[in-house]
Amino acid sequence: MLPRNVMTVGHKLGWIMSEAKTFDEMWGREQELRGPYSQFNEWFCAEDPARLRAKQREADQLFRLTGITFNVYGRREAEERLIPFDIIPRIISGSEWYRLSRGIEQRVRAINAFIHDIYHKQEIIKAGRIPVEMISRNEAFLPQMIGVAPPGGIYTHIVGIDLVRTGPGDFFVLEDNARTPSGVSYMLENRETMLQMFPELFSQNRVQPVQNYPLNLRRSLAASAPSATNGTPVVAVLTPGIYNSAYFEHAFLADQMGVELVEGHDLKVVNGRVAMRTTKGYTPIDVLYRRVDDDFLDPLNFNPDSQLGVPGIMDVYRAGGITIANAPGTGIADDKAIYSYMPEIVEFYTGERPLLKNVPTYRCSEADDLAYVLDNLSDLVVKEVHGSGGYGMLIGPAASKKELERFRAKLKARPGNYIAQPTLSLSTVPIFSRTGMAPRHVDLRPFVLVSPEGVNVTPGGLTRVALKKGSLVVNSSQGGGTKDTWVLED
Amino acid sequence: MLGKTANGLFWKFRYLERAENTARLIETGQRIALTRLESEDSEWISVLQSAGVHAAYTAQNDEVTKDGAIDWMLRSRANPSSVLSCIETARQNARLVRTALTGEVWEATNAAYMEARTLLSRRVTERDLPKVLRSLRQHTALVRGMTHGTMLRNEIYDFARLGTFLERADNTARILDVKYYVLLPSAGAIGTSIDNVQWETILRALSARSGFRLEFGAGAGPREITHFLILDKRMPRSLAFCASKLADNLRYLHGGQRKQMPSLKQVCALESKYLKHDVDAIFEYGLHEFVQEILNELAQIARQIEIDFRFYE
Repeated sequence: MLPRNVMTVGHKLGWIMSEAKTFDEMWGREQELRGPYSQFNEWFCAEDPARLRAKQREADQLFRLTGITFNVYGRREAEERLIPFDIIPRIISGSEWYRLSRGIEQRVRAINAFIHDIYHKQEIIKAGRIPVEMISRNEAFLPQMIGVAPPGGIYTHIVGIDLVRTGPGDFFVLEDNARTPSGVSYMLENRETMLQMFPELFSQNRVQPVQNYPLNLRRSLAASAPSATNGTPVVAVLTPGIYNSAYFEHAFLADQMGVELVEGHDLKVVNGRVAMRTTKGYTPIDVLYRRVDDDFLDPLNFNPDSQLGVPGIMDVYRAGGITIANAPGTGIADDKAIYSYMPEIVEFYTGERPLLKNVPTYRCSEADDLAYVLDNLSDLVVKEVHGSGGYGMLIGPAASKKELERFRAKLKARPGNYIAQPTLSLSTVPIFSRTGMAPRHVDLRPFVLVSPEGVNVTPGGLTRVALKKGSLVVNSSQGGGTKDTWVLED
Repeated sequence: MLGKTANGLFWKFRYLERAENTARLIETGQRIALTRLESEDSEWISVLQSAGVHAAYTAQNDEVTKDGAIDWMLRSRANPSSVLSCIETARQNARLVRTALTGEVWEATNAAYMEARTLLSRRVTERDLPKVLRSLRQHTALVRGMTHGTMLRNEIYDFARLGTFLERADNTARILDVKYYVLLPSAGAIGTSIDNVQWETILRALSARSGFRLEFGAGAGPREITHFLILDKRMPRSLAFCASKLADNLRYLHGGQRKQMPSLKQVCALESKYLKHDVDAIFEYGLHEFVQEILNELAQIARQIEIDFRFYE
């Protein structure tokens, strides 16, 4: 298996437009301009389309020159690709964002408490809110983490919550990314590009800044330093290397934070600490922001063939000699089967009603749900519990009779392996096409930082957009692009 | 700083310098070919030798032709020292050490790479050659300018400079190694026009022509050229200049440590043993032997730097 922290996320394959009229974030359902876009629309109407087209090309050149590219696996270095950038921003009002960010914060706190509980007393299982098999048979559960107390009690230092929208007030969580969410560099570079190309837009609109993210990240990581730290915490970013598809982002974040970018072969365990080879000898690292999967982190404790990790780092970690961000074993919280329990999880640990909705999810492991799913297969999206990247998935409305029958057999054979969800009518935001504005489906990944000092949600996040008409695939390897995301100061 | 980063910086700037030197050698070769009446492919042999790629060329090609030599040095991917390969490797190293570079240096490097890939995607015609070479040299110069103008003077800069000056010294020594015989006082054809062309070639290949004329006038000959290229510390491509820069940067890196690094000792030894003499002493010793020993010393210094600063382990 290749490392997984890829900029391409393919889960959107499962979302099909339903019959209902699609909600457009600029024009609503009835072609009425929505408030957050009024200033922007005025500007847009006064612009010469030819100038905008030239600006769009300028943006592409800017990205190419800055090197904001992703690598395609198995190809020559020549195959660095750009993720297309669309110049029309996605705009969210301050009050919409206030509600969203409270929901995100609640969810992230619950996820952290859940992971702590799962690797300690497992109260939630004892309370009967989650079946024990959900954990004991879960590949993402790491027995090596049982009883380990991560510094500051933080497991998920960086979280990306994937949201979709179906109406003015209707946001749904599609997925919680609690391992190593990627894409934050695009959020930052998209804003930088817009600032350079259309400075006037930022004097007309009061857009909440995102540029503090790298410094907040560094502060947040440093605040989670282990007790072994001597003086100012030494932070480093661990990358699988220059050929990793997200290498640009790893280098970008290390650069913006002003910390070292290390690879496994730069590190070794020296005197009970993880240390990096400098020109003057080995220097201990206090906090390692790793962009390497659990499996590859430590060949002594996990995959013995890994060249990407550090032999013995888990032993140092367990002894409190280093902070690993995110902690190993956090994958238990972004598993698709666990996802369906997220409303219970939020309630159990916060004592509050969940502020953010889950997409209704049928667990095929349960007899009633399975019966419903089998009866309504052609209307549903069926996903493998541990699958990712859109593999092993059935999109009912788009499937042939044969495919439906094949999946029916699979479901009956291993029901516990699947969940099912209804199709949603995802919102659209216009892109700037050759013929002017054209609506395209979007999702949103806000980025959240967690430290002992608190939770910090960057206003906005990464908006991914399906550039093909009618498409719901925002995956960058399949014609997906990105937009700048504005949260207005109300 | 990470040993890996020091390594990447060293090689990034080494390759960039090499790209520029090779481009200059091609330019010189082309100029000679155009200004001589009878075409002489043997001249391209010595250009290939000066670029240090002759052996690799003949291993893959039957005969040395002008077009073959230019293509090999300019854009062959089979030649790791072609201008295109050098710029690609420099950029690959820049990606590796991205966090150590300013945005300006990275972007200039990336722009050089994009330009090289565009300009060198197919064989360059004779008509386009001057334009292509000029553009490539401008792009590498931009990287150097950005390095000067935006990089902190710290150890990052020191490793960048070490790579630059080791490569440059190596290049100057190689050109002398190939052309030493035209500089010998005993050479039979002194004062003939052939010699003048040969001297001109050496000076052009090192961007030293106008500086030399300014300092020594039109009447000066091989003795002055040899002095200028080896011992003159005002000349930025002379061996003495490069060695003193290597010593400076190693001293900065060395900081206040009591024990002297072996690489610094070697550079100091190189300076005192070879570069404090009178040019007559060099001729007496034997110019060819002298240059070969220096090439050997440079290779050892490069190896020692890798060890002293933990490039690999």
